[in-house]
Amino acid sequence: MSEKTVTLAHGAGGTQTNELIDSVFKAHFANPMFTGDDAAVLPPISGKIATSTDGFIVSPWKFPGGNIGKLSICGTVNDLSCMGAKPLYLTCAFVIEEGFPMDALEEIAAAMEKTAAEAGVRIVAGDTKVAGRGQCDGVFITTTGIGEIMPQAQTSGTLAKPGDAIIVTGDVGRHGCTILLARDDYGIESDVDSDCAPLWSAVETLYQVTDEIHVIRDATRGGVGTVLYEIAGQSSVGMQIQAASVPVDPRVRGVCGMLGLDPLYLACEGRLVIIAPQQHADAIVSALRSGKYTQNAAIIGTVTAENAGKVIMETEIGAQTILPQPKGELLPRIC
Amino acid sequence: MNESANRARDIITGYNGRPLRIMEVCGTHTHEIFRIGLRKLLPPQIDLISGPGCPVCVTAVGFIDEAIWLALEKGCMICTFGDLIRVPGTEMSLAGARSRGGEIRPVYSPLDAVALAKDNPDKQVVFLAVGFETTTPSACLAAKQAKEAGLTNFSLLTANKTMPNAYQALVGSADAFLYPGHVNAITGNATCIKLCEEQGVSGVVAGFTASELLTALAVTIRLLEKGEPFFRNCYPRVVKDEGNPAAIRMMNEVMEPCDSEWRGLGLIAGSGMKLRAEYAAYDARLKFDMPVITGKPNPACRCGDVLQGKIRPCDCKVFGKVCTPLHPVGACMVSDEGACAAYYQYAL
Repeated sequence: MSEKTVTLAHGAGGTQTNELIDSVFKAHFANPMFTGDDAAVLPPISGKIATSTDGFIVSPWKFPGGNIGKLSICGTVNDLSCMGAKPLYLTCAFVIEEGFPMDALEEIAAAMEKTAAEAGVRIVAGDTKVAGRGQCDGVFITTTGIGEIMPQAQTSGTLAKPGDAIIVTGDVGRHGCTILLARDDYGIESDVDSDCAPLWSAVETLYQVTDEIHVIRDATRGGVGTVLYEIAGQSSVGMQIQAASVPVDPRVRGVCGMLGLDPLYLACEGRLVIIAPQQHADAIVSALRSGKYTQNAAIIGTVTAENAGKVIMETEIGAQTILPQPKGELLPRIC
Repeated sequence: MNESANRARDIITGYNGRPLRIMEVCGTHTHEIFRIGLRKLLPPQIDLISGPGCPVCVTAVGFIDEAIWLALEKGCMICTFGDLIRVPGTEMSLAGARSRGGEIRPVYSPLDAVALAKDNPDKQVVFLAVGFETTTPSACLAAKQAKEAGLTNFSLLTANKTMPNAYQALVGSADAFLYPGHVNAITGNATCIKLCEEQGVSGVVAGFTASELLTALAVTIRLLEKGEPFFRNCYPRVVKDEGNPAAIRMMNEVMEPCDSEWRGLGLIAGSGMKLRAEYAAYDARLKFDMPVITGKPNPACRCGDVLQGKIRPCDCKVFGKVCTPLHPVGACMVSDEGACAAYYQYAL
């Protein structure tokens, strides 16, 4: 391990900035499109373009199952994927705190390289700023992505229809739970790891089954529960889910039990909520189950005309009750 | 659900006898009962009443005022379980005190507060010790550790409460109690058995999973039908008759009984715990020579009647209008274990 750290000089634009860019970023992000000029120049895209931007400030920067670098790629890739857009290009901007270890930055860049390659996106432009000690915490990353929307894709939170099936692509609440434990505030030991993953291949799988996908959402901040409330509001429909059908890792369930949290409201970083006509639901789930990150996909409920704007839960004792709306921010800086 | 839970559910849903009032004493029970939608299954003759077993809900207004006085007048760092931060005092909550420059820190354990005192030798750290027999042992342990470490900057503001005398105040408010499993795990069952034998007060100790709650409720209904006073331990995997002697010893070593004010129930003799004379140096009231501070609850708030099962939360005039989880008027709207918060969140 080297003792080298990022200094203010690394952000001053001179020789040391070039050194940082060459040794860390270019080394990992090298591709024919990666620009040395003021802006990346990209070839024309034939279809409609989706673009999205997201900032990442997770604390701690490294956690079981990933780090802020991997998260910064997955977050934007998944946002694009949710629009039925194949992620093509990303830009990334770093704000690094003076004194941040160079080794850690290297580790973050390596994770970004690996995740971008897996997701099939190219990092084409970037920016590095160094903030004085205490002016930011470790490293903050913003990524912006461009994707090409598949011609047949038409998804939006407004398109959920009564009778549609509600599907999640895996067990819920893992990322939020992981970050909670990684902060070590609770003194709970568990080997739970983040679900952080790029999900374009999962979305491609959906469209191999059917073009009739009404809604795709990644259940990040606020978790699946929040996403369901959002869709219920946007589409003016009710959401009826069965508690027993919602996949939850037993470790996550255990931690949530101890802390009085509901896994439905803990963040995921590698899970989609999909709403599609009932007749395709089984085929979608069985196709997803052969995917790398979607093996625990499950139908968790149905969209209803009644109870518009509400999420109704059928509990483990067979009673129907409203899923309480989330209150205030439970966990700061989870992504 | 397993077969016995299914059978329990059938007993509950199929009940068609005389009206029954059953009080779940424990806040965690209240929370779980709402979460699993148990009330939705009840026939109209069965009334489940949420009792005074949420430590945040029964904490008197004056206690919040005392904590604020320590934060703002004495510059103490106040460490507290998070729920207390938003409980309204007479003029403001601890959150209000924080916005006026008070240092208020949420902690998960009293021992975290001891660690903060060690890390901040120039600060006076005060832990707000609330709760029942379940949390009091850890507050006692914190005082003990602080004493052993010779810390001079750590103290407790105590409002610890014990259940036995509170049951006395509740006698008559229900046909039977669902006793708080976690409390009985510490105290054992002697008090409840005595209540049954000497005063004819019925109740069962209940666990916290869906099937444990269903079972406890079904047993209660069946025994109420028989008409004889009863006590049953329906949580035997955790609760033993003798309780947890080590925790009781720890409590009695550091604290002793005192009178205590309960929101809604008033002053109940011998229902609280305070630090023993040997631990006077860790008693924030003595250490900071605190004047007598008496809180004035908002007159519109009827948390007191809710806690005794006299009214339902939705019968209170401010419920859901002025008083919401984001802007609570009373303590029962603050905690997840509070009856008002539960009624509000589950839209009842």
